[in-house]
Amino acid sequence: MSPNLRIAVRFLFAKKRSMLMSLAGIIFGVGFFISTQAQLSGYQELFINTILGTDGAIRIEDRIQDTNVFVSAPTSEGANTNFFVSDRENRRFVEGIEHPESVIEAAMQLQNVEAASPVIKGTIQLQSPLRKDSGQVFGINVDQHIAVSSLEDRIQIGSIAEFRAAPMGIIMGHKMASRLDVTVGDSVIVRAIDQQRRVTIVAIYETGVSEIDKTRVFMHMSATRSLLKKPHGVSFIQVSVFDRDHAIVDALAIENMALHFSAPWQEREKSWMQLFTTLKLSAAITVSTIIIVSGLGMFSTLFMIVMDKTREIAILRSMGYTRNDISNIFLWQGFIVLVCGAILGCGMGALITFGISKLPMPLSGIFATDYFVVRSTVWHYLQAVSAAVVIVMIASLAPARWASRLIPGDVIRGTAT
Amino acid sequence: MSSGDEREIALECRDLHKHLGEGETRVHVLRGVNLKLYRGEVSAIVGPSGCGKSTLLYLLGLLDRQDSGSIIVQGEEAPPDKEGDHTRIRGDHIGFVFQFHFLLPEFSAAENVMLPMRKLGRMSQEEMEKRASSLLSDVGLGEKTHRLPSQLSGGEQQRVAIARSLANMPSVLLADEPTGNLDVKNSLMVFESLTRLAKEKGQAVLIVTHNPDLAEKCDRILRMQDGQFID
Ligand SMILES: Nc1ncnc2c1ncn2[C@@H]1O[C@H](COP(=O)(O)OP(=O)(O)OP(=O)(O)O)[C@@H](O)[C@H]1O
Ligand SMILES: [Mg+2]
Repeated sequence: MSPNLRIAVRFLFAKKRSMLMSLAGIIFGVGFFISTQAQLSGYQELFINTILGTDGAIRIEDRIQDTNVFVSAPTSEGANTNFFVSDRENRRFVEGIEHPESVIEAAMQLQNVEAASPVIKGTIQLQSPLRKDSGQVFGINVDQHIAVSSLEDRIQIGSIAEFRAAPMGIIMGHKMASRLDVTVGDSVIVRAIDQQRRVTIVAIYETGVSEIDKTRVFMHMSATRSLLKKPHGVSFIQVSVFDRDHAIVDALAIENMALHFSAPWQEREKSWMQLFTTLKLSAAITVSTIIIVSGLGMFSTLFMIVMDKTREIAILRSMGYTRNDISNIFLWQGFIVLVCGAILGCGMGALITFGISKLPMPLSGIFATDYFVVRSTVWHYLQAVSAAVVIVMIASLAPARWASRLIPGDVIRGTAT
Repeated sequence: MSSGDEREIALECRDLHKHLGEGETRVHVLRGVNLKLYRGEVSAIVGPSGCGKSTLLYLLGLLDRQDSGSIIVQGEEAPPDKEGDHTRIRGDHIGFVFQFHFLLPEFSAAENVMLPMRKLGRMSQEEMEKRASSLLSDVGLGEKTHRLPSQLSGGEQQRVAIARSLANMPSVLLADEPTGNLDVKNSLMVFESLTRLAKEKGQAVLIVTHNPDLAEKCDRILRMQDGQFID
């Protein structure tokens, strides 16, 4: 142990109580920081998973009218090089996808694309014996669609197998089912513009997203084509990917290859993602104030130690301890509190996070969950510790500087003479 | 002082001047002090209260800055504006005993004695411990090395401070009224510890004292008045 560290430890222990208070503050601050971030990240994660499970990672929609300028330029070797200059601001779209197969084929060329499912969408009226409701029909090829969504896992009553076996069967959201007061096995009439069909409810799902659960109805592709009188083409293609963080790049690639507007989940849910980021930031700032307050406590404790120890500091100086040594003695004290606070704080954060994840918390609306959702990452720990480092550093620098500036002669004259 | 030229000079100062205070309260405390301290010699400074004895000692110990004049320690000049040099020279050559003992209350007697050794970093832990306990035995505290200052009497604490001032075998030992707040018996004991060690180890010792009996026992008495030595 260096002499400075040894002295720092002894000085620190002489002011145990006030230092323990600051230490506790840092532990709580770091711990709360980690656990609040874990909760917010947990909800964000759940939200993303819900999006990916319902509307997919990428949605390919309307065809882009060819406004690209084709540029051809000779290279130095004399060969021609072609490239497009795209004008994203002024694009025009043609509704729907006329040739879904070729678009899917293009999309599937991307390594990160897992599966793609064409969907026909239309507005419908539903009528049960007692009630009426409006909704949206999603015409799907069942096997393709369960590959790009979590529909199968979300089914509460009935099953995909029953849907497969029933050409005129539908899968209905649970909110809509309760509005219409129907359940699996019941028949309802669905109406589009000038067509109507009697269909049977073969399954009921719940995504936890009320907007979906009360409007979305899944029907077989062929039945939907005839109901909506759309013999060819589809409304959109839902795409699932292996690496969701890569979806933005993939969507852009699909857009350029297939010339159809493609929206990755990050873009579609931009405002929600921004909300989560803002919430996390504000939680981080709020919780950091705990650390700041304990930093203030530490600042005053260190100042108290310096004032208490002016004679000792002078004596140390008279023995050959340099200004830097004195400064280091006080920085060490900050460092010791910091290290203890960071380690114990991280432990506490992990513990709180674990405890919270066991708390029941039934919730639905934008997503469904029965328990508090948490998700910790190393980043949260790093951020919490960095906040503590910065604050403790600021809190110990000034006392350390002050201590190192004491002039031993003045101190000793003040007491000895 | 007849054989002065042959003896080794441990510390020398020339024409030291020092003012204290600001503005109207500014006082010319030291008015041209010249002094040579030889190894193996014990000198006493006596003089009325307020004549500048402590001020001189702090200057010689490089704990303060002179306004003019020079201080030479073991042949090396310590310029007033070279803070880093002062600290190094202090650690290497100078031991200090203050009127009040100034031990670090969190450290035991032995640990207090080891503090300067640790700073110098020239000895192993074992060597330091050995040296600390031998220094403490020399001042009659061999049995009490592990006590905290609060568990020692005033005289004992002062003796620990003396042991500490000798820790790095300084060539110069400066003591400002080391026996100032001790009874006669303890004063004598502390004084004897100081002078005996100095004699044995060949240090230059400078003691400020108000006690004429102790001053008489020194090799040399320097009388000070109004910031100057008088003959
Ligand atoms: N900060 C200061 N401002 C102005 N004058 C000061 C200051 N500190 C000390 N003095 C004066 O300097 C003079 C010398 O003080 P010093 O402590 O050296 O005296 P001393 O000889 O050690 O006295 P004593 O025997 O009482 O310890 C005194 O007259 C004192 O009043
Ligand atoms: Mg004095």
